[in-house]
Order: sequence, then structure tokens, then C-alpha cells
Amino acid sequence: MPITRDEVAHLARLSRLALSDEELDHLAPQLDQIIASVAQVQEVAADGIPPTTHATGLTNVFRADEPVSCLTPEQALSGAPAVELQRFKVPRILVEE
Amino acid sequence: MTVTYEEALQKYEPVFGLETHVELGTLTKMFCGCITTFGAEPNTHTCPVCLGLPGSLPVVNERAIEYTIKIGLALNCSIAAWCRFARKNYFYPDMPKNFQISQYDEPLCTDGYLDVAVGGKTVRVGIERVHLEEDTGKSLHVGGATGRIQGAEYSLVDYNRAGIPLVEIVTKPVPGTRFLAPEVAKAYVTELRDVLRSLDVSDVRMEEGSMRCDVNTSISLIGSATWGTRTETKNVNSLRSVERAVRSEIERQAWVLDEGGRVIQETRHFHEDTGVTTSGRSKEEAQDYRYFPEPDLVPVAPDADWVESIRASLPELPSARRARLIESWSLSELDFEALRNARALDAVEATVAAGASPADARKWWLSELARRANDSGTEVSELPITPADVARVAALVAAGTLNDQLARQVIEAVLDGEGTPDEVVAARSLAVVSDDSALLAAIDEAIAANQDVVAKIRDGRVQAAGVLVGAVMKATRGKADAARVKDLVLERLA
Amino acid sequence: MSELITKTAAELAAAVSAGEVSAAEVTQVHLDRIAAVDDRVKAFLHVNPEDALAQARDVDRRRAAGEPIGALAGVPVAVKDLFATVGAPATCGSKILEGWYPPYESTVTRRLRDAGAVLIGKTNMDEFAMGSSTENSGFGPSHNPWNLAKVPGGSSGGSAAAVAAYEAPLALGTDTGGSIRQPAAVCGIVGVKPTYGGNSRYGVVAFASSLDTPGPFGRTVLDAALLHEAMSGHDPMDSTSIDAPVPPVVEAARHGDVAGLRIGIVSEFSGEGYQPGVMTRFTEAVELLESLGAKVTEISCPHFKYALPAYYLIAPSEVSSNLARFDGMRYGLRAGGGSAEEVMAASRAAGFGAEVKRRIMLGTYALSSGYYDAYYGKAQQVRTLIIRDFDNAFSQVDVLISPPTPTTAFDIGERADDPMAMYLADLCTIPSNLAGNAAISVPTGLAPEDGLPTGLQVMAPPLADDRLYRVAAAVEAAFTERRGHPLLAEAKGL
Repeated sequence: MPITRDEVAHLARLSRLALSDEELDHLAPQLDQIIASVAQVQEVAADGIPPTTHATGLTNVFRADEPVSCLTPEQALSGAPAVELQRFKVPRILVEE
Repeated sequence: MTVTYEEALQKYEPVFGLETHVELGTLTKMFCGCITTFGAEPNTHTCPVCLGLPGSLPVVNERAIEYTIKIGLALNCSIAAWCRFARKNYFYPDMPKNFQISQYDEPLCTDGYLDVAVGGKTVRVGIERVHLEEDTGKSLHVGGATGRIQGAEYSLVDYNRAGIPLVEIVTKPVPGTRFLAPEVAKAYVTELRDVLRSLDVSDVRMEEGSMRCDVNTSISLIGSATWGTRTETKNVNSLRSVERAVRSEIERQAWVLDEGGRVIQETRHFHEDTGVTTSGRSKEEAQDYRYFPEPDLVPVAPDADWVESIRASLPELPSARRARLIESWSLSELDFEALRNARALDAVEATVAAGASPADARKWWLSELARRANDSGTEVSELPITPADVARVAALVAAGTLNDQLARQVIEAVLDGEGTPDEVVAARSLAVVSDDSALLAAIDEAIAANQDVVAKIRDGRVQAAGVLVGAVMKATRGKADAARVKDLVLERLA
Repeated sequence: MSELITKTAAELAAAVSAGEVSAAEVTQVHLDRIAAVDDRVKAFLHVNPEDALAQARDVDRRRAAGEPIGALAGVPVAVKDLFATVGAPATCGSKILEGWYPPYESTVTRRLRDAGAVLIGKTNMDEFAMGSSTENSGFGPSHNPWNLAKVPGGSSGGSAAAVAAYEAPLALGTDTGGSIRQPAAVCGIVGVKPTYGGNSRYGVVAFASSLDTPGPFGRTVLDAALLHEAMSGHDPMDSTSIDAPVPPVVEAARHGDVAGLRIGIVSEFSGEGYQPGVMTRFTEAVELLESLGAKVTEISCPHFKYALPAYYLIAPSEVSSNLARFDGMRYGLRAGGGSAEEVMAASRAAGFGAEVKRRIMLGTYALSSGYYDAYYGKAQQVRTLIIRDFDNAFSQVDVLISPPTPTTAFDIGERADDPMAMYLADLCTIPSNLAGNAAISVPTGLAPEDGLPTGLQVMAPPLADDRLYRVAAAVEAAFTERRGHPLLAEAKGL
């Protein structure tokens, strides 16, 4: 099933990527081609085959509830584009979660 | 213009459900070793993991799993033999990774129940699931009028809270409660809070945000085969708000339907001041969180021995304790509620264990001591008097050594740090005068000083003896058994 | 060029330990080499000579004081810019992290520092490890020392080029779909993908969490083994790391031997799309192995032909989530104005390159509700089938072999805007990543048609990494003896 430019634009919005029209024009057909190719997996008969999400087979990896030293606020905030009152300053949020 | 609650319930059946988020009282966060204190300076308890710095990886806090299993068992759930964490993907500044590690289709606990008592009946609230996730950071919204997001110019984010373990407890929908829906909802949250407190897994303070409720409400015409469209109400920050939120949503939805409209599936915001909800985010375009199993964590498979040892460590749950105490102390529901609301259950039980009768124990803790606790803004359990002390005072009264008034003085003195009850009695010579002859002198004085009263008594008005008794009590500074004094007075005058 | 830079890491470590040469001198000659050639090779993104010399002088000081100095003391190691190293930037080859200095260190680099290695600089890479040529780097491609017009492979192309150009004897890379093995093959050096979980991903910026494996580059099999051993081992900060002893890779590298070994040729890795010269050298390697006493058969792994599409569903899905954190709120590039939502979208659009954008959108698509089962879900089932193919194969043979990549180094620019063509470079390497197996690429010779290097890929079951080194050492020794000199001596690009 081919993917349309509009659908690609929707994916860009979902992924928080403000693509330009030129980018969309360029990327959409490439994505279409890639999706058509990866859809090959659907040819594989896999009824009853369990999916593998973790190759190691490990389970129950835990840590004890004991404190470990953490970053200083300066370290935590180093690299922050904007800081105020020892907090990360971010632009106004439109939609409340 | 509006519909009253009573009117709404004539036509409609309410169904509600609750999602409760509880911050676990572990020492450290869910996936890292940062400590979980409340109220610290911003961004002082963060590390690469809870900040979601590139390259960081989560590691599961074992105690959080233990606490969640404990909660699941207390809520009569099945514990998963094998489950995974999942990523819930969405963009939001208080989430450092722009995904939350949570659980999706494999929660740790499923299919339980919690019985709540309302209006003398028991309602069984089904529990759909209990799962674990990480909490988000906290934002200050700056520039708007109310400090809320709407109208803010920018926000300031503190990630101290990011990564604190959060348990989400979701009920199955609760139908069939009719008029009592708001009360049942509140009773459920209250009982849940008490269960969690008894498990010692969280301090469950709604006012501090360590327990948060979202309420789902829907209504349908009575007799309808299907349920109505439900709304989700957030910002329900107290027990009272739970009740008010359910009530106001039922009224609002009834009004919408009566006007021929349609209830929109949406998220609503509860306002403490007005008691009503306003529209928030529309859930019609349901957000797709693109859940997939968390690849940085391996599955959790709690072994049966571990689960059983957790089960064995469960304390007596509130409902079991309540049933036991009501029966063994012959209490009414109201009596029990009074004890529970005063948070005096432990003290009273301990006092009974120390030898007092349940009635005496209750009397002291609910009157004098509850009052003192209230005045000093503390819990009864924090007062500087032990249950053993209270039992001793009750014993002294039963033995006739103290009367009620003296007993009260002893209690006050113990609270003020003068010593044990026996020490106080000795030091202040507070014992009741039990020697009749000592009393007779005071009685004769009172008789002599109150001839008019004596005349009334002789006239048949026996109640007037109270004045003489009062005078004797005053003369002996309360150290007399009032009943005995009265008997003696009447004998004297006979 | 100084003789010292042609020495192997093993030789340098021995010389420093014996006091024959100072760590400072070793570091200086490599810094000189970098200064001499890197303007053409462009292997490095950041070199801080003062810092490197300070590390080296510290090794010398400790050696002089008789303190223990570690197995790699004084040996320069180039580090892919995906690893968090304190005091140096970690851009991950992306404009979105340009100038980001991580406030913490990765476990692997910390272990190398503890082993006395000198971290000489951070190398160029395809952006966030997505690519097979370094052309997706936000800072320009690296160049193959064999022929500067050719790609050095990717995504760890900078690390491979650095080692092939004698700028450092050892380098760190990561292999998610072939990103160590393929560059090693096209640069004529040794590259290893250790068992997944065999070394720590803590501090390695995540691309595809269930596939990413840090690993070593060296000019010889023994050198790669020394680095492999020094970096590997369980890490409690990484939940997916395996708690088992590091396989005896150094021991195996010193004792190359294939007599009696059962070797399987993966029949699916040949035919159309495979450069004739690559197949010629591969066939020659098979004959060599037989002459050395191995029993070589053909094994079919029928699901391997679905490995590429499965990989290009699983990896983008995981990366679409892993890269969500790059939004300009806490670190990295912040671009644009308006709301948080707008700034996030503008920052990501400005900071990410085309391939990253493609894969993020592909991943978002594959995880979307309604598509999950057919794409991501199906791909994980294919993954199980591929693992079963490996299990079946390894029940019959001890190792599997194939060419490491279908062609020799292609021209810079040739496949740059043709993602499907670029993906084909990973055909032979991807299955091992999906299964979490260990695999190596060891140089065999030059393809006759273009005089560019190719190699032999050997694959082993998880935790059988030592088998790789045993086979590779035997092949290396035999070919070097035939040739009379190391393959790299024929590189004429510089």
C-alpha cells in the first residue's frame, strides 16, 4: 500500500519534525519506496511464532533501593539552552497533558 | 438551565471508574539511584538516567516491584508470572525522554477487587490492573494569570520528581450504585488510601500529590443496554473533590443529554472553587502512544516464592481489621468511623491490649486526647501519653481510686510531662477520698451552709442534693466520689 | 612516517610497560600523524592534544612510581563520537548535538582509561549511527585511506579510517547492523561485533537499543582482542548486559587454529549484487580454511533474506523513540520561536539530517496503532525465525562465514541520496545483530578489479566470541605469510 505525501506530512507532525515543502517532496517518495520494501516481512508465514524483543533471554535484572550520588544542578543544567531559577526554561506549552 | 442531581438520577444510571496514581515511598527512584525527597531545591536530585541524557539507561528498583506486588495482593489481584515494561511515546517538556517507561498490555497485577462500605452496604469495586511507571518532572508556568498553562509565557521545569516510581491502579467500571455513585467513589478512594497506608508503601498524601485521582464518569438512560460516553476528569485533589467531581459530571452530562446534545469523550478539569468541571483536551482524536516493549529493560518474572513471601508479609488490611474490631468491640459502623477518622485505632487497640475495656479506651482517646491532639495540630499517636498510661488511668477509675474529673486531671498532668499516672496521683495526692468519715465533716459543713437547700431536700426535691454534693466536691477539691457523697448526704438528712 | 605508528597496540603496550618508550612519546607521534593526514582523511571530529598528552603523562608518572598501569597503558585509542567522554564533546555526528559536552562518562571508555589507554580523539560517524559511509555525518564525510575518493564505510567510518591511516592503533565503534564490520572490511582492518550484552551500552548514545553493540577496531586480530577484553564485561548500569565472564578472546587470538573446526558458508550471501572480486577473495578464503584443516560445508539460512526488511523496521522503530529526547528543551540545538511544540519541531528539523528524518518517520509509521502488527510486530517474529535459523546452523557447524559486505568501498556521493542502495551494504552483517551473536570481519585481500580491500566475516553463537578470534587469527597469519607483509602496507591513498 503506497504512502501518500499527506500521510508522510502527518508522520512528520507526529514525530515533531517541521519539514519544509521541499523536504516533504523529496522524502515522501523515498519513504514510500522503503515502506514497500520493508513490507516484505508480511510474506513470511509466522503464525504462532513468538516475537523476539530481547535477544539475551535475561529476566529480573534489578538494583537495590540504595542512593547513589547524582549530578549537581550545574551539571544537570549544563548544556541547557535557557535556565531560570535553577530550572530548565522552555517556551510556552500549548496543549496540557 | 441546569439539572439537579436528584432530577438526573430519576432518568439516568451513572457508571464511574477511577484511575489512581500513587507515588511509592521507596528511597530511590524507579530506574536510578537518585533519592525521592519532596520539596528539595530544583534539579538537585537528578542524574543522567532520570534526566534522560543521551546514552543513559534505566535499571529497575527491586523494592518498587515488591511494593507493587504488595499492593496487587492487598487488592486481591493476580500477579503476572512474566511481564515487561513498555514505552509510552509522546512529546512533553516535563518528560525528559519524551517517552514514559510504563506498562501497557502486560501489567504486573490484574483482576482484583476492593470492598467498600457505603450506607451500611458493601460495594465490590473491581480492580482492572495495577502497573508501574515513572513519574514526570514538574513545571512552573510563568506569565499567566493563574499560574496555569493557559496564558503562560514560558515554563520552568524541575526534574527532581522525574523517575519517582508511580503505581497506577485502575478500577473496572462501577455500575449499579445509582444515587450513591459519588459516595461510593469517595469511599473507594478513602479505603484505597487506608489500604496503601497500612501497607506502608506510600505516604499517600493527596495534598502533596503522592496520590492523584482521575475520575471517569458516564450516564445512560435507566434500563439502557449500553453505557454512555465517558469523560475523564483530572485535577481531583482531595477526597471531597472525588465526590463533588462525580456528582457534578452526572449533573452536567444529564443536562447535555436532556438538551438533546451528545456527551463528548474528553478530558475535563475539576475546579475546587466552583465544584464543576470544564473542558480540557478532546479525546475524540485519541492520542496514539505507539506503545512497544521497552528494549532497555528485560522482562520481570517474579518467582512464586517471592510473591508468597510478600503475601505472608501483608499486614491485617483495613477491611479485615474493621470487621474484627466491630465484632469484638461490639461497635456500630458510626462508632468505628469515628475512631478511624480520629486516627485513633492503633491507640485504642493498644489500650485495650494493656487491659482497658474497649468502651473506656474509646472514651478517653476520642474525647480528651483527640481534643488535645487537635489543639496541638498533631496525631493522637504523637501525644506524649502511652496507651499503657491510658489503660492505667481507666483501671484507677474502675477501682474507685479516681473519679472522672480526677482522671481528667491525671491525663492532663501526664500530657504535661509530670510523669506516669501513678506518679501524678501520688505527687498531687489526687486519690479519691474513700474514707466516709472524712467526707462527713465536709458534708456537715455544706449542710450547715445551705439550709435553704436542705429544706428543699426534706421537702422531697431530692435533685437539690446536687448543690450539696457540689459544695463537698469543691471542699475536697474534687477528690470525692460524687455518687458516694450524694448517698451520704441523703442518709444524713433522712 | 615514524616507525612507532606502524607498531601494533600489543607491541606499543609491551614497549611502554617495559619502559622502552614513554606513553607521551607514543601519543605525540600519533598526534603528529593526525596533524599530517587528517585534513585529508577527516577521521576525527575532535582532538585535544593537551588532554591526550596529559593522559599519557599520567601513565608515565604511574609507571615510574611503580603503580599498576593496565593492559593498554599508553596505547592511543580513537573513540567514535557516540560515546560520552567527559571533557570532550559527543556530537554523535549530528548538528543537533554540536557542542554538547556530556556531564558523565560511558562505562566502556572509563574501563579503557582504567586500563591506561590514551583516548586520543573522537571520530566522525554517520549521524546517530545511521548509515554505511559517514556521508550522513552532519560535519562532512570521512575518506578511505586506501583511496580518498572512496567512503571508509559506516557508521563507524571515522574510527575505521583512523586505524587504517595509522592515526591510532585501536579504535572504538558500535555495530547495530554492521557498523563496525563493514567499515573494517572496506578499510582493510579488523572489526568485531561482540556478543550483544557482552559490553556495556551505558554512556553510548542509543540508536537501536536491542541491537547496538560497542566493539573494537584494530589493524591485527590480536590488537582487536586486546581492546575487546579491556572494554568488555557486565555492567550493573546496563540492564541488558550479560553477567558472564568475558570469553577468552586474547588467548584465542594468540592461538589461531581451525583444524577440525566445522565451518558453514551461508548460501544466501552470494549471487546477484555481490561484487565478483569480493567473491573471488571469499572463495580463496574458503580454500585457505580447508587447507588449514577446517571442514567447510554450505548451510542455508532461509529467513536471512528477510533480515534486511526486518532490521529496517525494528531499528527505525526503536530509534524513533530513542531520538525523541532531542527537542531543544534540555540540551542541544534549540531553533525557531513560538510555543514549545513549535520550537521542538523546528529544532529537530534543523538539527537532524535526511536519513535520520527518514528513519524516525519510518519508525513512527511502523509503531502506529493499526500498523504495529503488520510491521513492527511481524518484524520481531521474523527475528525469531532468524534466530532459529542460526540455532539450526550452529547445531551443525561451529562458525558461519560469508563476505562481510557485498562490495568494496564505493565512491563518496555514489549512494548518498539512495537509501535503498545504501542499505544493501548491511546485507551480510544484519542477521548477527538481530540474533545478538558475535561476528568479526578480518581482511583477506584486495579485489582485483579495483585494488580495494575486502574481508571474511565469521559468525559465532552468543558468548562464543573467542571462536571468532581463533578463526580470524589463523586466516590472518596464513594470508600475511603468503603475502609477505600486512595487507595495510599496500594502502596507497595517503
